[in-house]
Amino acid sequence: MAGLTLRNVGKTYGAVEVITGLNLDVVDGEFLVLVGPSGCGKSTLLRMIAGLEEVTEGTIAIGDRIVNDLAPSKRQLSMVFQSYALYPHMSVKKNLAFGLQNQKMSKAEIEEKVLNAARILQIEQLLHRKPRQLSGGQKQRVAIGRSIVREPHLFLFDEPLSNLDAELRVQMRVELASLYKRLKTTMIYVTHDQVEAMTLASRIVVLRNGVIEQVGRPQDLYKRPANLFVAGFIGSPKINMLPAVLDQSGGTARLTLGDFGDVELKALATADRAITVCVRPEAMKVGMGEIRTTGTIQLVEYLGSEMLVHFTTASGQALLLHGGGETELDYEPGQEVNIGFNRADMHFFDASESRVEIAG
Amino acid sequence: MNATSPELTREMEEAAAVAHRMRVAREKRARNMRLMKHVFLIVMSLIMLYPLLWLVSASFKPENEIFSTLNLWPSEFRLSNYIEGWEGLPISFTTFFTNSLIVTVLSVIGNLLSCSFAAYAFARLQFNGRNFFFALMMMTLMIPYHVVLIPQYVLFLNLGWIDTYLPLIVPKFLASDAFFIFLMVQFFRQLPRELDEAAMIDGYSVYKIYWIIILPLSLPAMATAAIFSFIWVWEDFLPPLIYLNDIKSYTVPLALRLFLASDGTSAYGQMFAMSVLSLVPVVLFFVLFQKLIVRGIATSGMK
Repeated sequence: MAGLTLRNVGKTYGAVEVITGLNLDVVDGEFLVLVGPSGCGKSTLLRMIAGLEEVTEGTIAIGDRIVNDLAPSKRQLSMVFQSYALYPHMSVKKNLAFGLQNQKMSKAEIEEKVLNAARILQIEQLLHRKPRQLSGGQKQRVAIGRSIVREPHLFLFDEPLSNLDAELRVQMRVELASLYKRLKTTMIYVTHDQVEAMTLASRIVVLRNGVIEQVGRPQDLYKRPANLFVAGFIGSPKINMLPAVLDQSGGTARLTLGDFGDVELKALATADRAITVCVRPEAMKVGMGEIRTTGTIQLVEYLGSEMLVHFTTASGQALLLHGGGETELDYEPGQEVNIGFNRADMHFFDASESRVEIAG
Repeated sequence: MNATSPELTREMEEAAAVAHRMRVAREKRARNMRLMKHVFLIVMSLIMLYPLLWLVSASFKPENEIFSTLNLWPSEFRLSNYIEGWEGLPISFTTFFTNSLIVTVLSVIGNLLSCSFAAYAFARLQFNGRNFFFALMMMTLMIPYHVVLIPQYVLFLNLGWIDTYLPLIVPKFLASDAFFIFLMVQFFRQLPRELDEAAMIDGYSVYKIYWIIILPLSLPAMATAAIFSFIWVWEDFLPPLIYLNDIKSYTVPLALRLFLASDGTSAYGQMFAMSVLSLVPVVLFFVLFQKLIVRGIATSGMK
């Protein structure tokens, strides 16, 4: 078991800066998810931790040992690749045993470890097949099996579920979560899918352009996003963003919120006038709320247990409502409805997109 | 449909008949077209095959019939060219075939090992001047053999290797064939790099990764290189001619030339018979390794 410490870590390819001055502490036994849009540097960061990519700046330490110049195999970690990277010419059993064969270990011991891993992942009946005879989900299991046989101190996952179909992805997600519960080993998991991040992580790191935007527990990120990017990235369906003008000249805060009219607030801790107000789709209500306007229904997506209603307001602002499927109202596109939300549901972001709290 | 008049029925029948005639005509045209294509292809392949057929037929003909008739079919099949040809030279063809096999098999092994090794470095390893050396290697493809012939001869002369097989075999173990390196580099680059990386994390060295992961997955490229290498070395004439002086160490192509005597008593029939036999190992090798190409592709089931 080992924690991980990143200090001022940077990565440049020639003149291109991929990651800059990144600091991160991963606690021993934590399931940390790195999430961000493609090209944000999350996979590069993972590969740097694995030792597959050179660290051009700063230090990476596993436990209390700096590993910058340590070969990947000496870092006592294992990695699951997006493409699984199973050796096509070896049977499943050989694939599982491959990582043990070059350690000084008896054949019986290898056999036992392989069978044990196969049992955990329920792939015992597949041991003699070749990777090409496996389905996507089975390949995924073998890839995970290959990483657990070595009993590493640190697991790295590089978008391991992105090649699976939606149903399998949900299933494997649950299995990964239970595997983590069972092993209690530090895991670092890269994904661009915020649902995976929310469901698996003990803590999430949101990355953008090689910089950490926010680190925190899933509920922290959801309830108190540190900036507009995190607010938009975490949470599905996507948060509603409303441009607003803030006037704090008279000692009180007066917010002009487009079609929703003017709202009186307690003072906000910012001097900016142009701010953004965000409201989660599930906080939007029909015919209720302290702050209201009239919207025209554009589209209704009925999903059984839940329901998405797309509105536009008089000025053309698009809004999304996320409600339970039990809602009895029969919504039709074109219908005009009174929609609203409560003051407490608003998140405020200043002109530089940082979160603003209500003062006092 | 009780309103259908007899007139309408007749018209419909006529239309159906016309459609049927057109369909038959179209099928006939298509059949003729296919026939023409086949005739064309068969004729072309016969033209291509003619020299080979001529060679085989000549090897069975009596000496006086070889150049006197255009007829491919011998007036009588005689195996004497084969029997006499095999022992027709001061040294038996058993020796020549053995010599050729030694040179060829060692050359193929040398080419496969050394070229794949060099190709692995170019395809996977990071080292200073990689692109420069790759370009340099590609440039050697463009230098005609005759340019390096004399300097190479002087080199091997100074090493004291003349009249041995070393000048023919040793260079093959030194990745001297840029074509095969290029072929393998292209193939290795297609293999997912993650396989290397996974093995690297498992603690395998670059040599082991080459040996355990890259080589087994490169069977199709290896088989292709083996086939070409075998054919080229087997039929190679100029280098053996230059480096081998003792008739006992001659390879098959050199031996075949001995049938052409400068005093005019050439044994063409025997030469052709031995030429036919010299094709057999090449064909066998091709058939054997061509299967590997197919199997190699079938086993490389990567995503």
